[in-house]
Parts: sequence; structure tokens; C-alpha cells
Amino acid sequence: MRHLIDPLDFTREETDRLLGLADRIWEHPAEYAHSCDGRVLATLFYEPSTRTRLSFESAMLRLGGQVLGFASSDSSSAAKGESVADTIRMISGYADIAAMRHSKEGAPFVASRYSAIPVINAGDGGHQHPTQTLTDLFTIRRRHGRVGGVTIGLCGDLKFGRTVHSLIKSLVRYEDVRFIFISPEELRVPSYILKEVVEPSGHTWREARAMEEVMPELDILYMTRVQRERFFNEEDYVRLKDSYILTPEKLCAAKESLSILHPLPRVNEIAPEVDHDPRAVYFQQARGGVFVRMALLLALLGLEKGVLDGEGA
Amino acid sequence: MLNIDSIENGIVIDHITAGRGMRVYELLELDRLDTCVAIIKNAKSEKFGKKDIIKIEGVTDIDLDVLGFIDDHATVCTIRDGRLAEKKQPRLPQKLVNIVSCKNPRCITSVENVDQVFYLCDEKAHRYRCRYCEQEYRK
Repeated sequence: MRHLIDPLDFTREETDRLLGLADRIWEHPAEYAHSCDGRVLATLFYEPSTRTRLSFESAMLRLGGQVLGFASSDSSSAAKGESVADTIRMISGYADIAAMRHSKEGAPFVASRYSAIPVINAGDGGHQHPTQTLTDLFTIRRRHGRVGGVTIGLCGDLKFGRTVHSLIKSLVRYEDVRFIFISPEELRVPSYILKEVVEPSGHTWREARAMEEVMPELDILYMTRVQRERFFNEEDYVRLKDSYILTPEKLCAAKESLSILHPLPRVNEIAPEVDHDPRAVYFQQARGGVFVRMALLLALLGLEKGVLDGEGA
Repeated sequence: MLNIDSIENGIVIDHITAGRGMRVYELLELDRLDTCVAIIKNAKSEKFGKKDIIKIEGVTDIDLDVLGFIDDHATVCTIRDGRLAEKKQPRLPQKLVNIVSCKNPRCITSVENVDQVFYLCDEKAHRYRCRYCEQEYRK
């Protein structure tokens, strides 16, 4: 039985096949409308989430399956002190597959060790968010025809952003990806990511302090939120925050083929006027997340053969 | 000078950093052995000034993996029939189970009763990461 806890749990080939399946579902949704008839997804959300939980639920409902679960730890047995291990053993009797979000890092991994059903990590604290990574890859692939062969600017909080770290780890498995890390000094990409992930991959990378410096080079601009609380002092925040807000003016120098991605929710890092720009694809990205999760449910349930190795490939 | 008899068959863990002998004894769970075990603290060492030594009589198949993590200066000598049969330097174990604890308050191990598991992420730099949250272990 396979789980998805870390974006690298799937090989690059498995990932590509999964994204291919998501493509087919997007193009021919009716063909998959009853693929999960009689199947139940448990959404175990120990902390609140709008997009991820609803997109998992939408994915299962669009496949003809059903959903049960909870949307906060207050409404689960966790409030009574039940362990993750016990909860998943119980849920294994109620559902066929589970998606778990938890504030504690590694909680879905613990669940996978005790579970009799596939477990999907729907976000564990500041650690991993593999379905967001798959969604990011899916968006890049749909926009640019393939994942590799692009210059990607990752902008904003590159130190604490879990989506950024997961995306970097996945992108280094593709050919000819050029990274530009755009962040304030305080929020630079951690050195261990550079030393353990980027440098061994042989991909080119460099850092920039302002997006204007590098805008003409980019094929993809991956925006993240710069949070006030991450700065040591208010002065630095005020000085730097506007550098990381995307406006139509800053886009003047960008390629026509640029794709602007954002894991959402955004606060103020992308001006609302940018939403009308055809290069802004973050809402399409969120929509694509449903198809990615549909593909993932089918693959992990073994209902779509040949996607994951060892699952009837 | 204190004399400890040499052993006929067994293991001598030599060149343990002075002061770490008891820690090695505990982590190798040598208290569970039913054989003669000697811990020598602060023995003279030409190389380091002083060192700890552990001699284990009659046993040669102890799992010494964790030794490389605790003390990479140590050497493990296997004695057979009173002679040195093998001498080796312990390597860093690929995985540590319940040897050290994750200090990340956001890690699931801070609230769930599970094994503390760390894996070796950089052998040259002796760096380990928590299997659950990937936080690096710092001594």
C-alpha cells in the first residue's frame, strides 16, 4: 500500500504519470464521474483549511465517492487526547483513504505507519504539503508543456515557506531548471536546501533581493507571502515589504509567456489589478488542484492502474 | 596503577573520549549483559592524554552501530583466544532509534508516544535529521 507523505515519495516517473492522469481527467471529467462509486474519503483536518479540504472533498465527490471527516481538532477525539495512531486505526475501518492536515510536523507520517488505508499528507505544520507541490508541477506543465526547461523565480519568504522547499526538492528532478531565489536577507532560502538539494543537482541558481532585477528572465514567478512576524524589527519589514509586492508596473518587463503562481491564500503580495493579467494563473492553479487530487485518489486507491509502481503497473 | 586483566575472547572499545564511557555503556545497553564488563575511566592515552576503555568478556556480537554517533574517536577491537582478531573504527549509523530526541516543539514526537528516529543526511558533517519533521539534530 502506498501513501503520499513527502512529495518525493513518488518517483519522477510516477509523478509524471499522475500529472498525465490529472490532465486526462481535466479534459474528460465525465469518464471519471463514477470511478470512486462506493468509496469513502476521510478528511482529518486537525487545523482549519479552506482550499485544501474543500478541494479534496470536491475531488472525491466528482469521482462519485463520498466524504466524511472533521474540520478542526476541537471537533475530533484529539480534543479528548486521542493519539494520531489510534485515530487512524479507527478511521481505517470507516473509510478507504484518508487526507490528514495536522499542526504537528510528521503527524501524517505517524498515521501512515499505523494505517490500513492510504494516507495523504494534506499539510503538516511548516513541513510538507505534497499535494500543493503536485498542483504546482501540474500548473507549470500545463502552461509550459513540460516541467523542465524553465527559469523559475521563487519570491518572498523562502526561509519558512513549506511550499517553496517542497517545490524546489521536486523541481531538481527535472532537466534544465534555473532557480532564482528572490527574498530579503532575513528570509533567504535555508543553506541546507542549497547544500543538500540544489547544489548536488547541478542546476544553476542565484539569489536576488528584488524581483525587478530578474523579471525579464523569468518563465515562472512563484509568489509567496512575506509575513510581518518573520522580521526581527518593524523597520526592516516596512523597508522591504513593497519589494515583494507584485504590481502591474513590475510586470511590464516580464515575458508574455510568464506564469505567475501562488499557493494562496494571498494577502497583499499580489496587487488585485494583476488578477486580470493573463499571466496570473493562481486561480487556475487552485482549480487544477482538484484534478491533481482526483488523480491522486484514483492512483492510491489502485483504481487507475499503471500510475504508481507496484499498484498494478 | 589500576590493573584490569586482559580478556581471552570479547570486545575492547578503546580510545573512547574521556568522560563518555558511561554514556557508551548505557547506549549499548551493556547493563543487560550477563558477562564481565569493565569500564575504565581516564586511562592514560598517548594520543589524547586520557581516554575511557570498555572491556567486554565473552561476547563479540554486540550491535555497536550507535558507537559511531556517540564517539567517532573510539576503536573496536575484537579479541579471540587472547589475540587481536579485528580492529575497526565505528562508522556513523544510517539511522538512530531512541538515541536522541527531537527538540522541535512543532514535531509530532513532542506529543505522540512514538520512537525517536533520526537518519544520517550528511556523513561528512555528521548531521542527522528527524524522520518526522526533518529538523536537524544539534548536540
